Amino acid sequence: MAEIRVENLKKNFDDFVAVHDSSFTVEDGEFFVMLGPSGCGKTTTLRMIAGLEMPTEGKILLDGEDVTFNRGSERDIAFVFQLFALYPHMSVRRNISFPLRIGGMPRREVRERTEEVARLLQIEHLLDRGVGGLAAGDRQRVALGRAIVRRAKAFLMDEPLGALDAEFRDRMCEELRLLHNRIGATTVYVTHDQIEAMSMADRICIMNQGEVLQIGPPLEVYERPATKFVAGFIGSPAMNFLRAMGKLPAGATEVGINGATIAMPETREPLTADEAVLGARPEHIRISDDGPLRGRVFGVEYMGARQLITVDTEAGRLRVRAPNTVKVAYGETVGLTFDAERVVLFDPESDRAVASTLFEEAGHG
Amino acid sequence: MSARSTAYSVGESSTWTKWIAAVLVIGYALVAMIPLVWIGMTGFKSPPDSIAYPPKVFFEPTLEGYVNLFTTRSRQTDEYIESLGPPETWYDELVRERNMVITGPSRFADRYKNSIVIGFGSTFLAVFLGTLAAYGFSRFKVPLKDDLLFFILSTRMMPPIAVAIPIFLMYRELGLSDTALGMILLYTAVNLSLAVWLLKGFVDEIPREYEEAAVVDGYTRFQAFYKVVLPQMRSGIAATAIFCLIFAWNEYAFALLLTSGEAQTAPPFIPIIIGEGGLDWPAVAAGTTVFLLPVVIFTVLLRNQLLRGITFGAIRK
Repeated sequence: MAEIRVENLKKNFDDFVAVHDSSFTVEDGEFFVMLGPSGCGKTTTLRMIAGLEMPTEGKILLDGEDVTFNRGSERDIAFVFQLFALYPHMSVRRNISFPLRIGGMPRREVRERTEEVARLLQIEHLLDRGVGGLAAGDRQRVALGRAIVRRAKAFLMDEPLGALDAEFRDRMCEELRLLHNRIGATTVYVTHDQIEAMSMADRICIMNQGEVLQIGPPLEVYERPATKFVAGFIGSPAMNFLRAMGKLPAGATEVGINGATIAMPETREPLTADEAVLGARPEHIRISDDGPLRGRVFGVEYMGARQLITVDTEAGRLRVRAPNTVKVAYGETVGLTFDAERVVLFDPESDRAVASTLFEEAGHG
Repeated sequence: MSARSTAYSVGESSTWTKWIAAVLVIGYALVAMIPLVWIGMTGFKSPPDSIAYPPKVFFEPTLEGYVNLFTTRSRQTDEYIESLGPPETWYDELVRERNMVITGPSRFADRYKNSIVIGFGSTFLAVFLGTLAAYGFSRFKVPLKDDLLFFILSTRMMPPIAVAIPIFLMYRELGLSDTALGMILLYTAVNLSLAVWLLKGFVDEIPREYEEAAVVDGYTRFQAFYKVVLPQMRSGIAATAIFCLIFAWNEYAFALLLTSGEAQTAPPFIPIIIGEGGLDWPAVAAGTTVFLLPVVIFTVLLRNQLLRGITFGAIRK
């Protein structure tokens, strides 16, 4: 088991900057998820940690040892590929034992360890089958088996659930997390699916356009997003953004939106831009007749216990998560109240969240 | 709505179209087989039967053609033949009926051996070099890759025989004329472009993740190639090997021009098997039949791989 430290990592492909000055530390035994849209550089970063790509600049340390330019085969890291990369010409047993069969390990030990891993993953009955006819979930388990059989220092996983259907993905998420709890190996997991990230991660690292935007536990990145991009990327439905008045001094506790005044956590820094963006999660907005901001109901979606109400306001369209007891009709004008302790103010010029008392709670979550 | 009227699938043809297809395929196969069958039959005819007109479809089979193919004989007087005592083997007996005695083996076996050495040798070399080149072109950043690949392909754009005279002169200078090595190098050179292009297609189809997985698991790049890529290229290699072997095995023009003695292959030898009073047709036919066998066996052995190889890429696994 090991700690992975990435320092000022940079990767260019010709003129294209894939990863831009990233630094982070994955602690020993941590389940670290790198999250971001396609092409954000998360897979490239993972491949550099694995030694499949060489960085343009920066350092990678594995347990304090500089491995930046070591070959992949010299790093003692296991990698699970998106499409599993199971060798089609080998049986399940040979696939799992493949990493063991290089070092001259005695046959009996190879056999024992392979079977131990198969037991752990509950694929013992498949050991002597070919990998061709396996179901997606079993292929996934074989790929995991191949990764854990070597007892490598760290596991890297590149969207390993991307090829599974939704129902199965949930189950594998759970299995993966249980497996992690059991063997406690340092894991770096890449995905573009924020639900996967939220449900599995100890900490999430959110990337966009080659840059690390925020690193933190799921609750923290959800409740205290560092940038507007993070706020919009995490959560389903996404955070609502409303155009608000800018030019606020440090210590402001309210912001003007279209004539209405919305209370918010006290800011700790001034906002110099002419405009601001107010972010509020759908569950932090209430429909109430005395709400300061008014809008027209545009649509209602029932989602079982709750409903999602879309409201058009002068400052933008937003969605409200409300209990089913709230009755609204299409076209009706309603008032909206915001949870004063939960809204986040963003600077539209830098995209960053404006520091406020909300962020000082960090660490409690 | 009955199940029958709806049981129509785009992929499966109806019964009577299958019948038509079967009749057409069998009909074509019969037409294509006639020359082969005729060659096979002629090998078992006696020399007079083989040139009889109208051609004989029913005849008394004899192994004379095969005996003549593998032996040299001389005509002797009855007294001399009687003085030899009773014939020792069935083929001695067969030959003596025509007042001949066997004086030794013919050179067919040597020519056949040359064909095997040169055919399989050049096939092995072309596939070996082709596999490495294809892997390199597929996986590495080779400067001027596209130009090089086009250059390799361009060696196929003229009939090889167009350069027969320069090659003849070159080989004479280098001392490669009439050597097995010379013929192996020549056929390898001709086959290599085909091998590189075919095999590159097969390597391209194998995802890089397999090698990357092996490298992360502690294998070197070469080990990854050997243990992971090569086994998956099996059908591609088999298909390529068959194409290369068929070319090298059947090649006639260069063999005629560049070999005459030691390294002569079977194709230029078979048509000039002379018997009494001209060409010995049954022996020629027997030689042709024997000549066909290795390619047939090789193809039958690899036919599963070949089918998969040819349809590779058309169907995603």
